[in-house]
Amino acid sequence: MNYELNFAPVFANFDHLIAGTLVTIQLSFGAMLLGTIVAVACAAGKTGGPAPVRWLVDAYVEIIRNTPFLIQIFFIFFGLPALGIRFSPNTAALVALTVNVGAYATEIIRAGIESIQRGQVEAGTALGLKRIQIFRYIVIKPALRTVYPALTSQFIYLMLTSSVVSVISATDLAAAGNDIQSRTFASFEVYLVITGIYLVLSVALSGLFSLVERLAFNYPLSR
Amino acid sequence: MIRPFGFDEALFIVWAIQWTLALSAIAFAGGSVGGLIIALLRVSRARLPRYLALGYVRLFQGTPLLMQLFLVYFGLNIFGAGINPWVAASLALTLHASAFLGEIWRGCIQAVPSGQSEASWALGLGYVDRMKSVVLPQAAKIAVAPTVGFLVQLIKGTSLASIIGFVELTRAGQIINNATFVPFEVFGLVAILYFVICWPLSLLARWMERRFAVATQR
Repeated sequence: MNYELNFAPVFANFDHLIAGTLVTIQLSFGAMLLGTIVAVACAAGKTGGPAPVRWLVDAYVEIIRNTPFLIQIFFIFFGLPALGIRFSPNTAALVALTVNVGAYATEIIRAGIESIQRGQVEAGTALGLKRIQIFRYIVIKPALRTVYPALTSQFIYLMLTSSVVSVISATDLAAAGNDIQSRTFASFEVYLVITGIYLVLSVALSGLFSLVERLAFNYPLSR
Repeated sequence: MIRPFGFDEALFIVWAIQWTLALSAIAFAGGSVGGLIIALLRVSRARLPRYLALGYVRLFQGTPLLMQLFLVYFGLNIFGAGINPWVAASLALTLHASAFLGEIWRGCIQAVPSGQSEASWALGLGYVDRMKSVVLPQAAKIAVAPTVGFLVQLIKGTSLASIIGFVELTRAGQIINNATFVPFEVFGLVAILYFVICWPLSLLARWMERRFAVATQR
């Protein structure tokens, strides 16, 4: 091997990498938040809704979980304009990530909701709570707490998946890499540094999630 | 000139399924070998192999598959192996699958009651016999459902090989889309084809998981 690794072009474009990292973080947290909202709604529909709603949720979850994210983002960015729905690359990226993580999170949260014992809900009814209050205070809170570990590892996976949005010229971290390597030809070095940044991001996210777990869920799990 | 999206174009996409399946098969076969090694290292009694395997798993589970593909693709070139999408995609997906299968199978090996291992010690079985005849056959039963589940993830993952120029289902869709400009129909078809491959596997995995849960109920 007579190849000298040269990291100078990578660090000369460090501001570019920082900007890309920020977009990746924004996209990830945006999709986590919106995806959780989608998932809570879908899981509620799946566990307590009428049959057509349950079928729709089933179809959504199965379609998304059994097709690649790359095809989903192509469909949203290139396919939907045929129906008159047009997004900028970064918006399309956020929409695609939300739709994607929403489906996985629906399955996770549904499992959490189904783990709530019937007696809890019946107790709520006996106390005269409305259905929405029962869902809000008795079902969803402990359900989310139960599935928190599964949900957060899905979120870390989401952050890693977000690198794919670079293919539709969104301006995330991976796209910054494509950009720098096409100008400097230091492809291996660029992607090595970027892979390192992703690794740091995933370690940081998992640290953040366990910190939140300790602060927000510092009461014992009911059995 | 824009080509119409007709039967031949659709057929071109459908035919590309074979390359998606071939790449998935290579990665799954390679990943099974690598995964078994990683799983065995992860449950090893020696500390160094255990930590090395853990580091490998953390590295591959903590970075995007797309970056792993890029690094192998450009890395092979640096090492003088030239730029070859087949080699790069097969190698990267194999390394990726090894980490994930290794972690899944480690869990399955550890789920085998430790009394089984202790009993084989007591019978005087060595490491190889203990693993081959006692622990792994029992772990394999637990492993089937999650392994099929990962296979679905792997098949979907092969779509990323299109980005380094490997012509499979996704790349075939892009090629046809670039000639016909009907992305809605083209990517709709590609999505349906992936779904047709992946959905039965997902259902199979879920069915096996349920059957296993019933079988182990006490």
